[in-house]
Amino acid sequence: MELLQFVISGLATGSIYALIGLSFAIIFNSTGIINFAQGEFVMLGGVLTICAITLLKLPLLAAILAAVAGTTLVGIIFERFAIRPLKNATPLSLIIITIGASILIRGVVMLLFGKDTQALPAFSGTTPIEVGSATLLPQHLWIFGVTILVIIGSRLFFHHTITGKAMRACSFNRRAASLVGISVWRMVLLSFVISSALGSLAGVIIAPLTMTAYDVGVMLGLKGFCAAIMGGMGSGLGTVLGGLILGILESLGAGLLSSGYKDAIAFFILLLILFVRPQGLFKKGETERV
Amino acid sequence: MRKLLSTCLVGFSLILAASQAFAAAPIKIGALFAVTGPASFLGEPERNTAVMVVDEINRAGGIHGQKIELITYDTGGDATKAVQLANKLIKNDHVVAIIGPSTTGDTMAVIPVVEKAQIPMISCAAGIKITDPVKKWVFKTAQNDSLAVARIFEELRKERKTKVAILTVSDSFGASGREQLKAQARRYGIDIVVDDTYGPKDTDMTAQLTKIRGSHAQAVICWGTNPGPAVVARNAKQLGLTIPVYMSHGVSSKKFIELAGDAAEGIRLPTGKVLVADLLPKSDKQKASLQAFIRDYKKHYRTEGDHFGGHAWDAMMLLKEAISRGATTPAAIRGQIEATRGFAGIGGVFTYSAKDHAGLNKDAFVLVEVRKKGWTLVK
Amino acid sequence: MAKKKKVALKSDKIKFLVFCLVVLLAPLPFAKGYLSNVLIFVGVNSMLALGLNLLLGYAGQISLGQAAFFGLGAYGSGVLTTQFTMNPWLAMVLVAVSVALFAFLIGFPVLKLKGHYLAMATLGVGIIANIAFNETVDLTGGPSGLSGIPNLSIGGFTFDNDLKNYYLVWGFALVAILLSLNLVNSRVGRGLRAIHDSEVAARVMGVNARIMKVQVFTFSALISALAGSLYAHVVTFISPTSFSFAVSVELLTMVVIGGLGSVYGSILGALLLTLLPELLRAFQDFDIIVYGLLLISMTIYLPGGLVRGIPELFRRLVPARRGNA
Repeated sequence: MELLQFVISGLATGSIYALIGLSFAIIFNSTGIINFAQGEFVMLGGVLTICAITLLKLPLLAAILAAVAGTTLVGIIFERFAIRPLKNATPLSLIIITIGASILIRGVVMLLFGKDTQALPAFSGTTPIEVGSATLLPQHLWIFGVTILVIIGSRLFFHHTITGKAMRACSFNRRAASLVGISVWRMVLLSFVISSALGSLAGVIIAPLTMTAYDVGVMLGLKGFCAAIMGGMGSGLGTVLGGLILGILESLGAGLLSSGYKDAIAFFILLLILFVRPQGLFKKGETERV
Repeated sequence: MRKLLSTCLVGFSLILAASQAFAAAPIKIGALFAVTGPASFLGEPERNTAVMVVDEINRAGGIHGQKIELITYDTGGDATKAVQLANKLIKNDHVVAIIGPSTTGDTMAVIPVVEKAQIPMISCAAGIKITDPVKKWVFKTAQNDSLAVARIFEELRKERKTKVAILTVSDSFGASGREQLKAQARRYGIDIVVDDTYGPKDTDMTAQLTKIRGSHAQAVICWGTNPGPAVVARNAKQLGLTIPVYMSHGVSSKKFIELAGDAAEGIRLPTGKVLVADLLPKSDKQKASLQAFIRDYKKHYRTEGDHFGGHAWDAMMLLKEAISRGATTPAAIRGQIEATRGFAGIGGVFTYSAKDHAGLNKDAFVLVEVRKKGWTLVK
Repeated sequence: MAKKKKVALKSDKIKFLVFCLVVLLAPLPFAKGYLSNVLIFVGVNSMLALGLNLLLGYAGQISLGQAAFFGLGAYGSGVLTTQFTMNPWLAMVLVAVSVALFAFLIGFPVLKLKGHYLAMATLGVGIIANIAFNETVDLTGGPSGLSGIPNLSIGGFTFDNDLKNYYLVWGFALVAILLSLNLVNSRVGRGLRAIHDSEVAARVMGVNARIMKVQVFTFSALISALAGSLYAHVVTFISPTSFSFAVSVELLTMVVIGGLGSVYGSILGALLLTLLPELLRAFQDFDIIVYGLLLISMTIYLPGGLVRGIPELFRRLVPARRGNA
């Protein structure tokens, strides 16, 4: 009885993680960068939408578009002024720079829009939907829907368009890619565009459920990162499954074991996965990532 | 010509220096608030209020002609910083008293510093540990959590509800509430059937609430500060939870209703009287203070003053009273604060003594219910 | 060659002695002021930054969970001395050894990982530790913190004011610095730098990379745990927020700003970042922005940190002027 609700709640939270995880994976797959500021893109999506509604008096859809565009612009500026000037980019320096950027973005948002938590109205009401003995909200359906669309979209893009294939080529071997005439920096920029747009979209559709404030990005980013790692940093189904598993584990952990330790349980499992299967749960081969 | 000018200048600066020497040196008061960080919802209104009160005092000519200089620092809710800044206030700025910090954690960290330096401090945090046991130099204005818990349990006893579920946030506010809920339950004949927690940054509490729904609990008490309780309210509505939901005074601001939306309807919580100032009878001792605070805050900051700003208002006013009774040294100020009797402030009517540095009783709290996006008094 | 090395060692010794002298005299001008209190925390942070720098700057292994060892040290000492009234010195040794052992054990699986995966794993360790501090309420006091931790004392002499604590903390810090300098200049140090440059090449040359990394990880955890114990006894109150992810990031910043792979760089970084709030007070609420900007621009423009960046900048400017003339 209760189990069904735990699973459903877990799936709902998990698909949020999956969506954020996907936006992590897109940058990683074309640049090898783990963007610690990814959570801030998610935050920007929600905060900017609310601002567009309250300050600019835009209707919801226009506000969402404005927020996604605004976040994408931040993503471009970030790539242009923080990533590209870096001469010899080691994973270490990239981690530090993206952490710096996340602090910076958070600080600017805090000063411009204040520290208060804000709620975005739900897209299609708050009447609960019954699924057997469990319930979920219409907003959850939006999240599921967008996640599915994003999976299909990214699959089509990365496997069936020239640009998508070029981006993948960059992640395998940058030098080889540039030798065959791919403009690597343009691909890096493009991956930031896609990833910031996707991150902000995730931020927008979860804002009615989770509410938003300048500091929500950290935890969401970490969980999304977890999801991506569980899925082996792929930009497809693996990450989505990773996110869903993480969500369900958390929900079951909170419901059946201990609500205080639920994050510890999730991170403990993450550690186990890293130790036993660093290539992710669903991938074969290719053990060491140098 | 040039000589004349320089003579004038010298003369002018001499006069300036002399006039400065004649004006009484200002009384320096230190303030530590968590203006940034996770507790900024406390620190920001508290700092604003303290600045506002000092402004008003100075505009009215100070206390006995002496102006007050307020030196505020931001602890960011970090105990290490709070300790450093308390040291700075005492050793560099030579303040005679400190108001704040905002959180129980920061306050507990600072207590050894002020005790050793013998500087009176009026904390704006609620934790019962701050003044129990009594520390010579430490007072507080925020109502004890135990009083809020007592207010809820009294109501439950009146309605003959004996089984409750508690859901507390895992930070210092929630932990203190949880401790009090568990400690007082037996005295009111209440049985805690579910004892669950959630993280301050959690975005979904349906798992915990599902567990509560499956138990025999007759009421849920959720102890936390925004936005967690708003999520709990929404999740409870989603799950169709039918038992009454009680919250803590940690969400006693309009913000909670705004965040929880329709889900806030029917939720009850204990709160200081500032939320319902207009609903209070004229005979209420606090009414004048409450209205003054709300009016001034609106004038200065164009938003409504809340419960938390009230803690700083009380702290500043207690200091002002102590100083206007002639106390100027830290020791004298401490003595005068302890001698405060029946001071009607925002948090309640304060009466301190050598044995009680919290100064309030359970009348400080009223129980309110959210109805039509506003507060109504539960009689 | 051998002679050159000797000279280098001698200058190292002189450097260290000069540094000791500076540490000895530093607080005297502000003995009564507040700065001596800040300098205590500079000492604690120096130990932490040093521990991280050995790992990060010398072995090239990132850790985003350094605050966990700091916290374990602080809580270990705090809990043992308050709940079990153990002798503080005994507790400190016991805690340091257990934390080092713990680090040694988790070191093997954790350090097998690389780059972002290592970052994630260490971050996970940090978060789990923080949750444990929060949830074990009966032992640690949970989120409301643990108060009443005694000051350290030797015989009848108690470290109960800022100046005494300053010398206590810096005594430990100086020993840690000396040990680190020796480690860096030893065979292990050279092996570590080889691992940093190319682990594969180092292995080929016969460096047992795995053991070496775990050793450094253990040593770094040991220093951090000691720093934690000292912190607990100096402040006499601890709460989980002092050992959170944000603290790990702050430590990382200290190392990057001071200078990766430089012992004195760690101390410079700790000094600057501990004083930074003081320096940034002029910016008031803008400090978080300045902080982020510093982190980004330092990594881009001064990847060697201030310790190398300032002489480098100087060198670059001087020939340029000559060229113009």
